[in-house]
Amino acid sequence: MLNGSISYWRKQLTSGAITPTELVDEISSAIEKHNPAVNAYISWDKESAKAAAAKADISLPLGGIPIAVKDNICIQGEPTRCASRILDTFRSPYDATAITRLRAAGAIPFGRANMDEFAMGSFGKNSAYGVTDNPAAPGHVPGGSSSGSAAAVAGGMAIAALGSDTGGSIRQPASHCGIVGLKPTYGRVSRYGLVAFASSLDQIGPLTRNVEDAALLLNALCGHDAKDSTSSTEPTADFTAGLGQDIKGVRIGLPKEYLSEGNDPAVAAAVRTAVQKLTELGAEIVEISLPHAEAVVAAYYIIACAEASSNLSRFDGIRYGHRAANTNGLDDLYSRSRAEGFGAEVKRRIILGTYVLSSGFYDAYYAKAQKVRALVAQDFADAFEKVDFILGPVAPTPAPALEGSDMTPLQIYLADIYTIPANLAGLPGISVPCPQPEGARPVGVQLLGKHFAEVDLLRVASALETALS
Amino acid sequence: MAQALIDVAYIAKLAKLDLTPEETASFSADLNQVLNHVAQLEQWDTSEVAPMYHPLPVFDAVREDIPGDSLSNDAAVANAPAAEDGQFRVPKVVESAH
Repeated sequence: MLNGSISYWRKQLTSGAITPTELVDEISSAIEKHNPAVNAYISWDKESAKAAAAKADISLPLGGIPIAVKDNICIQGEPTRCASRILDTFRSPYDATAITRLRAAGAIPFGRANMDEFAMGSFGKNSAYGVTDNPAAPGHVPGGSSSGSAAAVAGGMAIAALGSDTGGSIRQPASHCGIVGLKPTYGRVSRYGLVAFASSLDQIGPLTRNVEDAALLLNALCGHDAKDSTSSTEPTADFTAGLGQDIKGVRIGLPKEYLSEGNDPAVAAAVRTAVQKLTELGAEIVEISLPHAEAVVAAYYIIACAEASSNLSRFDGIRYGHRAANTNGLDDLYSRSRAEGFGAEVKRRIILGTYVLSSGFYDAYYAKAQKVRALVAQDFADAFEKVDFILGPVAPTPAPALEGSDMTPLQIYLADIYTIPANLAGLPGISVPCPQPEGARPVGVQLLGKHFAEVDLLRVASALETALS
Repeated sequence: MAQALIDVAYIAKLAKLDLTPEETASFSADLNQVLNHVAQLEQWDTSEVAPMYHPLPVFDAVREDIPGDSLSNDAAVANAPAAEDGQFRVPKVVESAH
């Protein structure tokens, strides 16, 4: 099992204690040893990683560091299956911009991390390539949809990983696996080459062992990209700049709506512990209200499914992906290729999304949800007049058991209540692990910041991480 | 049982998705539950609110029109389930008149 942060391995590399090729070998051995039980990876290409390692420039900020990549982010020449049968044979003809940027910083993309199919799910159970176990709580789900990214890092099979977050898919698995997960501000990281689920919500971000690693990866990932018209022109920054700085006088809002009695006692306790530590560090805790907090799940699932039904219409069996055999005409080819290729949750969401966009229902559902989204965003704008950051849970419970905890889709969706708001409003959010008693499942707490406030968000997260550990 | 809110079989046709009778029945039950939850959105007054289609303002974001390399023809058809002469093969779409 591989331990150590990016900065640890960078020191090993720059001191000559290990070569990039040896590091790829180490990770490869860890994958071969642990992946059969955990199933964090769908595929990994050791030879291409070793070829990149042989040419690695360790003078670069991430020089020689292998990074696991969620299976919905394109790597040229490698499978990009989105954990879906429909893309079983697909090999990406190009690199996502996030991958181009990682390479430019010296990192080596290595391993395709398992996930919920097309990033639709909260448990990692919706993968056509098998469920993923939680290395930090065996027998429990790793969370989702970046299930494999979180499990690879927590299980010592990756130093750090890329995930994507549409409604909590980085922060929630990070919380369930006891690691750090950062969703950047919408537009910070180019979505070019990220297979689209819900384009107005999707954002790529890091899953890491600590806050510093998240900052180091963000340094590499950020920046405007002409290939993504929604990528921001906001200047990037050195996201490590605030690490280790004090947080005296920082105002942190605690939304009363997030202290629900429905939260698991361990989750409630984690938030209380974080409040206590932040207070000790000199932060001012302010009770706030987000009046539309209970509306977010309803608004989110309408918007996300509507966008998904449109985005996933490209999987038609013509240009790439699975094509059904012996079909009778074009419509039959589309309908049967999609039926054979998509799993149940993806079909369910396509149906919901198509319905809310269909004639006669558009205004009642889709337009209404977009208006409620504006109210949710206004709640945050109002809150950020009074406070600098918002603290809350990541998920209402720790990771459920892999077996025997069947929930209806609605019950699963409702558990996204604390992570969805950041996506609806485009805000940055980070999940920081809160140490638990021996044998207990991991629990994280979440910090949300204003748009593009990642430098300070990481400063507060890092101070909290240090105080908690 | 509450009245069905969604005609899954009809929507599946619109979505070009062949569903089995079992899928149609289970999605209908699941999505009725979801839509009953979604009905709570009606309680919020949005008469004065503009819909928010995007988390940050993006207007007329167009890149410079600079010629550059794009995917080669070979790369573009490399993932096609059926291709011929650098083109995607599809079933016959124009029926002959009877």
